[in-house]
Amino acid sequence: MSKPYWNKENFPITPNIRNPGGSLAFKCGQWRMVKPIIDEKKCTKCGICITFCPDDAIEKTAKGIIEIKYDYCKGCGICANECPAKAIKIVAEVGESCTTEG
Amino acid sequence: MSGNRAIAEAVKLAQVNVVSAYPITPQTSIVEYLSEFIANGELDAQFLQAESEFGAMSACIGASSVGARVFTATCSQGLALMHELNYVAAGLRLPIVMAVTNRQLSQPLGMWCDHSDAMGERDSGWLQIYVESCQEALDTVIQAFKIAENRDVLLPIMVCLDGFILSHTSEAVDVPDQKAVRAFLPPYKPDADYNTLLDVKKPLAAGGGCPPGYTMEFDYKKYEAQEKAKELLRKVDGEFGEAFGRQYGLVEAYRCDDADVIMAAMGTIVSTAKDVADKLREEKGWRVGVLKLRSYRPFPKQEVLKATAHAKALAVVSRAISYGVGAPVFSDVAATMSHASKKPILLNVIAGIGGRDVAQKDITVVFEKALKAAETGKVESEVEWLGLNKSLVGG
Repeated sequence: MSKPYWNKENFPITPNIRNPGGSLAFKCGQWRMVKPIIDEKKCTKCGICITFCPDDAIEKTAKGIIEIKYDYCKGCGICANECPAKAIKIVAEVGESCTTEG
Repeated sequence: MSGNRAIAEAVKLAQVNVVSAYPITPQTSIVEYLSEFIANGELDAQFLQAESEFGAMSACIGASSVGARVFTATCSQGLALMHELNYVAAGLRLPIVMAVTNRQLSQPLGMWCDHSDAMGERDSGWLQIYVESCQEALDTVIQAFKIAENRDVLLPIMVCLDGFILSHTSEAVDVPDQKAVRAFLPPYKPDADYNTLLDVKKPLAAGGGCPPGYTMEFDYKKYEAQEKAKELLRKVDGEFGEAFGRQYGLVEAYRCDDADVIMAAMGTIVSTAKDVADKLREEKGWRVGVLKLRSYRPFPKQEVLKATAHAKALAVVSRAISYGVGAPVFSDVAATMSHASKKPILLNVIAGIGGRDVAQKDITVVFEKALKAAETGKVESEVEWLGLNKSLVGG
């Protein structure tokens, strides 16, 4: 978790949440074990990956480039499987583990 | 008046705001009396007839979350149907008071007394108090609101009374004066800072998910609150004694001081056992005592040790079964004794299942077995099934 809800200054008796929209602090992309990487040279910008992504975690930018939103991508690999140009590869995720201590 | 009537009178005296329930024998008359009080204008409260016990506890959780003083009553299958919500009520730290007219759980189906229904809820975070008389039922409900609503506790409470044996038995009951009860138990004023109250001025989202990094800590807070509740139970009971002249303690050690053997039990078995103890002392000169466990959650370890550590044998009698263990309360007592340097030999006794009578002769058998264990230093059987008809099951 990027920003913990509770800390030693503020630990209530129930897990009830006071701050609306607090779930924005949870970057569920951290659940990911593997991640997709787009090869810009092979990508034809067809947008099929955007259509198939079950988490709406891929977008086309104003400049027409396809980008993966890693805060939300859970690494399912559907984009790589569907890409007709074989422009997406799946690599092991390295980095922060999904702990809740902040 | 009956035990159920005594409970209803206490709820009226506590001036609850909301009652939500679903009928189930032998609880039904409690909420019938309450609906009458509300219809007659004797009690200014909302009565919510639910479609099931699941709905009833849900309504209680909602009402308590907005700061109402809430009561419900159930037992047996009704309590089992509430099971999921019981954990929610405790986890949201809502001071709901519930009367449980202890009744067996199906199968076999029956409507008679044992404690298996409430035993199924013992680890839900609710406090559980077992009463022995109609007067104690009334007094305990009034105490229960004061304990549950205390900021150091904020946990729901079950007041357990033996189905039919107490719920439908009439005894003389002193009903305290409304003004005196109000002075003892002022209206519930929850504090938004405690993160339990739904308040439009200070909104919160209740009942959401919690990641592994925090769940254990919230449960620890509940555990701590149960421990603090012991001190508060003593204090509130003392204050009640000063105001109304009656107090009960977390346990009652009856003729335990010089006793060689003691029998520990909960609910109405205790009353019979006290009479048997008197009789055996007078007629046979046996030094026997009775330990009434009034508070079961929190479990009064300190009191149990103080009352029984000197005895040679302690028979723990339970109106329920824990498969693989025997009497559920035996586990609690054995755990309490586990660090004691001097302790009695323990007898594990199952009795009074599915409404089976626990008569004076049965309790005499318990004392006899306990005395024998004290003499020989060993128990006859690992689990004693009191009054089991062996001709039906073999052995």
